[in-house]
Amino acid sequence: MIQLVDQTFDPGALLSAFSRGRTETGAVATFTGIARAERGETKILELEAYPGFTEGEIGRIAEQARERFVLDDLMILHRVGKIAPGEPIVFVATAAGHRRAAFEACDFLMDYLKSAAPFWKKEHGPAGARWIEPTAQDLEDRARWEKEQAP
Amino acid sequence: MARVLLFGPLRDLAGWRERTVEARSLSALRAALSAHDAALAAALAAPGVQVAVDQAIVRGDPTLAPHAEVAFLPPMSGG
Repeated sequence: MIQLVDQTFDPGALLSAFSRGRTETGAVATFTGIARAERGETKILELEAYPGFTEGEIGRIAEQARERFVLDDLMILHRVGKIAPGEPIVFVATAAGHRRAAFEACDFLMDYLKSAAPFWKKEHGPAGARWIEPTAQDLEDRARWEKEQAP
Repeated sequence: MARVLLFGPLRDLAGWRERTVEARSLSALRAALSAHDAALAAALAAPGVQVAVDQAIVRGDPTLAPHAEVAFLPPMSGG
């Protein structure tokens, strides 16, 4: 399931619902990204998406994860709109027969969501607003999956 | 008329989010935007800005259907 939401959400409730009834899954891994206050520098984080296109591109990332790892299921929920520090921004869950695939697929999905999913992020703080671009670290994190896949 | 959509910092730079422009190709659309706002046209041509036509990423200079939706996508940052 891939979903964009404009209201805050409860990662615990999502994990419970995602895990329910899985008698053969064996492993569920999750990641929750939480908006940082940056010691008062960020009052509000604003996330913009391109409705339709953003879900489609996340779907392509999810397809790559399914091709690469043996997964039973996955779930990606991403906030859009204005987010206060402490609120969750993104929730990723993966279900697999064994833990390694679940952990790695979760890591893979987050690396691609950080710098390849169509979102634009603006930080509003006491000194004004600024757009956040992916960091060198974000790009490196994504590149390591491309390296590993090379023959 | 193509429907042009701007995202992220491009929207702030332009001061608008959406506009219709008469253009039959991406290069003609860039030229039409440049006539109004050269700084914006330069930003749209910057490396790292991708273009989607009807929600599919394009390269080069595609022709545009009469009601094409053309989106300029600056570097993306989620999570």
